Amino acid sequence: MGLIYDRIRWEEKALIKASKKAGLSLTPIDAKEIYFNISENAKALEKTFGNLVIQRCVSYFRGLHITAVLENAGLPVINTFQTSLICGNKLFTTLALTKAGLPSPKTTVAFAPETALKVLETMGYPAVLKPTVGSWGRLVALVRDRESAQALIEAREEIRNALLHVYYLQELVKRPPRDIRIIVIGGETIAASYRYAPPGEWRTNVARGGTSKPCPITPELQELALKAAEAVGGGVLAVDCMEGPEGFLINEVNSTIEFRGISSTTEVNIAERILDYAVRMVKK
Amino acid sequence: MGAKCPECDADLEIPEDVINGEIVSCPDCGTDFEVVIKDDGEVELKPAEIEGEDWGE
Repeated sequence: MGLIYDRIRWEEKALIKASKKAGLSLTPIDAKEIYFNISENAKALEKTFGNLVIQRCVSYFRGLHITAVLENAGLPVINTFQTSLICGNKLFTTLALTKAGLPSPKTTVAFAPETALKVLETMGYPAVLKPTVGSWGRLVALVRDRESAQALIEAREEIRNALLHVYYLQELVKRPPRDIRIIVIGGETIAASYRYAPPGEWRTNVARGGTSKPCPITPELQELALKAAEAVGGGVLAVDCMEGPEGFLINEVNSTIEFRGISSTTEVNIAERILDYAVRMVKK
Repeated sequence: MGAKCPECDADLEIPEDVINGEIVSCPDCGTDFEVVIKDDGEVELKPAEIEGEDWGE
């Protein structure tokens, strides 16, 4: 099997270690050195990448495009192109969750600055403005009033990045200062943790200094997480949900999961479970 | 395993079990480097990529 990476994080090291322990052949491949001759025979790819690829790029677009080529050549990739595409984009994720009838925060999308402002006036403040692509809470903004909304929108318009000109707006959910992350692998819930926001921060991302604490997987959470995973196409996923006033709301589903935080709260070896799943996929 | 920071010349400690692609940070200037293990086993440090807007999980 191949492990495509562009940066060796804690998770990639855990996967490599687990593969050695299990006696599995897992070849790390640096995505930054990969190039594809698209016109060449696709069969040649198997020699380099093995009979299955675990795609773990930290860069969403890099990983997505590599997955497109490999999958097109008939190589199974974890996660699939479709799942990666949906999970890497908050709007596509919300669409998939809503279509599956799953609860998620009230969301509106607008495509021009004036319209975004109009939407915010109707939604009311405070509200949340997020980039559709991006992670670790980056540029996720809590908008408290019209003035800050104007400033944020103006700043976004100044940036030459078409993705920032899509305005993904959400209600601010009244929740405790934590959210819940549930790891789902191949249609099975593996572990769950609460993620607490650090002092002086409202975002719960572990990358922002959030801390993980054990969380029991209740039947309700399990059902929600499995349905959310299925809605985005399944695979190896992290479902993030919030405890809203009227029940759970699914915030997003992550496709290149980071599990360092949650691993400190559980006995489950998530890297081993990912490899078990990969082996099952090869045998299919 | 020791090395010199290519940026500020400080002493950099590289773990013995380091793997290709791993990131080491200079304790003095904070610059991140990607470890490249060459075929002859020699370790090279190249500037790590800077966080992109599409980075994440």
